[in-house]
Amino acid sequence: MRMSCKETTRLVSQGLDRELAFGERVALRVHYAYCLGCRRAGRQMKFLRQAIQQLPERG
Amino acid sequence: MAVAEDFRKQLEDLRPYLLRYASLQLRDAAAAEDAVQEALLAALAGQSSFAGRANLRTWLTGILKHKIVDTIRRQAREPVVEAAADEEPGEFDELFGERGHWNERPAAWGDPDGALEQSQFFRALEMCLERLPARTAQAFMMREHLGFETGEICKELSITPTHCWVLLYRARMTLRECLQQTWFGNALSR
Repeated sequence: MRMSCKETTRLVSQGLDRELAFGERVALRVHYAYCLGCRRAGRQMKFLRQAIQQLPERG
Repeated sequence: MAVAEDFRKQLEDLRPYLLRYASLQLRDAAAAEDAVQEALLAALAGQSSFAGRANLRTWLTGILKHKIVDTIRRQAREPVVEAAADEEPGEFDELFGERGHWNERPAAWGDPDGALEQSQFFRALEMCLERLPARTAQAFMMREHLGFETGEICKELSITPTHCWVLLYRARMTLRECLQQTWFGNALSR
């Protein structure tokens, strides 16, 4: 069964906080293959992490 | 003595910045004030360990970061009445349609690395962080800025892992949306 974008973004976010199970990683990859929106959202969440880490030096 | 006075003055000059930094993470003006005060006192006492380092602000931020972590751990020992904060039904409904697909696909962020070179970008980011609900912001900063593991965030905030993931998801989605509106989607700000 295909995951929705809402479920996918939730899983992408959790992937930044815990190790995803094998099945979850596969589901994510399948969804990414056809969904540009979720790929972008995933990239942007990772970028957020990078930006927040630099916050004190630059802010 | 003049040297010590000068050092004290340099520390004082950084106080507004330090307060802003602590407030972002503690979401409590009095607690932020206390943490900054403690950091400044520690810095005064440890002046000799600063000697020769290039950047006072970076050094001081490092000290304050530890004080913030201490404060969070101290706070956690006080009992908290936890409001139910599982994912709210209908959350992000404007973002996702009935079947859970994007109503409007996220736009590409042109040159995000370039944004990291601009201090106005970090101002925009701080403003977005300030708009988050206190607990959401706190969990997010603990995770992404202070580098806590999720398990420890749960413990310190007395919440379940699921709740923790919900808070972090909510923070990321809201910040993403906020930056899209205030920075990346706004050509004038670049």
